[in-house]
Amino acid sequence: MAKKFETAIPALIERHQKQLLEGWLAQQRSSGAWTSEDENDTKARSIRFLAELRKASASGQLEDVHTREWADTRELLEEVSRARAQRGFTPSQTALFVFSLKEPLFGLLREEVGKDADKLGAEIWTASVLLDKLGLYTTEFFEKSREDVIARQQTEMLELSTPVVQLWEGILAVPLIGTLDSARTQVVMENLLQEIVTTGAEIAIIDITGVPTVDTLVAQHLLKTVSAARLMGADCIISGIRPQIAQTIVHLGVDLSVTSKATMADAFALALRRVGKTVVDRAKSVQAPAE
Amino acid sequence: MNVEKSETMPVRSSDDVVRVRREVRAHAVGAGFNLVDQTKIVTAASEIARNTVDYGGGGTLQVETVRLGARRGVRLIFSDQGPGIADLKLALTDGYTTGSGLGLGLSGAKRLSNEFDIKSSPGAGTVVTLVRWK
Amino acid sequence: MEQIPILKIGDCLLVSIQVDMHDRLAMALQDDLTSKIVASRARGVMIDISALEVVDSFIGRMLNNIAAMSRVLDAVTVVVGMQPAVAITLVELGLALSGVKTALNVDKGLALIRRLIDGEEGGLERREE
Repeated sequence: MAKKFETAIPALIERHQKQLLEGWLAQQRSSGAWTSEDENDTKARSIRFLAELRKASASGQLEDVHTREWADTRELLEEVSRARAQRGFTPSQTALFVFSLKEPLFGLLREEVGKDADKLGAEIWTASVLLDKLGLYTTEFFEKSREDVIARQQTEMLELSTPVVQLWEGILAVPLIGTLDSARTQVVMENLLQEIVTTGAEIAIIDITGVPTVDTLVAQHLLKTVSAARLMGADCIISGIRPQIAQTIVHLGVDLSVTSKATMADAFALALRRVGKTVVDRAKSVQAPAE
Repeated sequence: MNVEKSETMPVRSSDDVVRVRREVRAHAVGAGFNLVDQTKIVTAASEIARNTVDYGGGGTLQVETVRLGARRGVRLIFSDQGPGIADLKLALTDGYTTGSGLGLGLSGAKRLSNEFDIKSSPGAGTVVTLVRWK
Repeated sequence: MEQIPILKIGDCLLVSIQVDMHDRLAMALQDDLTSKIVASRARGVMIDISALEVVDSFIGRMLNNIAAMSRVLDAVTVVVGMQPAVAITLVELGLALSGVKTALNVDKGLALIRRLIDGEEGGLERREE
């Protein structure tokens, strides 16, 4: 079980809030932790931080800031971290929000407890370690927020780069651009199958013109996609097989066992034939009687 | 890794296999899995549950919702006191089967999971652990 | 014990699997279908799995068996209504279901059965629409 600490911090904050706040804001300003634009927000958050700090440190649990007692404090720090990440602050600048509290706090501690050297040493140590942990928490959260943004952008890019279009009634096309890895394949399959359900398409043309390399792994991914479409009652045609790819496929001994065409145009023509349609030249059909 | 929820259930009959699918689905939904990920782990569970009933002489399943940092997942631990598997490597090969099945149970379940572990030896029973993360 | 109902539509049998089957039920369905194909001299069998949220290797085996048995009895089998999540999982599982024909829904399934029975496989003939 965590040790219970007795510290002068909560009492200090309660008695000298105004002085502490002013000292802290001044320190934040001079250490470059903010710009003048954020003054109001920062002031409001600083006041709230002091209130949370007082409450949480009064609990006596000062060792682990990931516990329940520090939940509200963490939430505030997350708010600060998120806001600053969005405004383009660096992680260090964000952490300085907490670290710059040290000097004014130590100053106050010296005034209050100064006469007892041992006690002062202990209090300053406790305060320092505590603020270190809280400052580090802001950087941890900052990193996580950035990772979340990157992950979300990756998902969006993945979705955007795998559109499924309807070329004609019953005929879908999936133009693949870029490498076909397993994450991409999942998205392609989900999008394609969803479109098959929505449109009732029975033919899907998968165009790999934009896929730079086709190795055994990529071929497997393509086959998976073809199999999945088949299970939904749609046949696939692969188009965009460049000569080098055809060579690689034969060389690797991959059995693509699905109709393939060199160009999407050829694939589309084949698909039209399969659904029983023909393209007719309008001028000619006006001259000749209907067949 | 934190365990947020945990359920233990018997896996002794084909009715139990149906219950296993329901319970695993509930955990997957609770952990926020999308439909495809739900289906994958429920299907993997169904495979191993069947193995436990058919080859393991019946056993138990511990279903857990787990959390690692910010990620949530579902962990399944199947255990039985059956005859065990002599050649694990062979058993994990596609198409391998001693019964009349398609032989995809273990290798298939492995493909559907993010983490997969199996401990088994003749006479010592089998423990299969698999995890799927959101 | 419950049984899965098998309907007769013309020269086709239609089975709609609505429940999460346990093994006994699946085996009973296999047997039931086989007898009914013989008894009704059906040429086509359609299995609607649109309500199945999970198809594992056991069910996959069952579908393959039904397709194989009906082939021996000179009938074609078409599985319809597979859910996208199930299709993606089956593919990941490595279950090809290669002996089984598939269609998106009951309408297309019946049309496919017609085409197969009438010997025009591949859909080369004109569509009705």
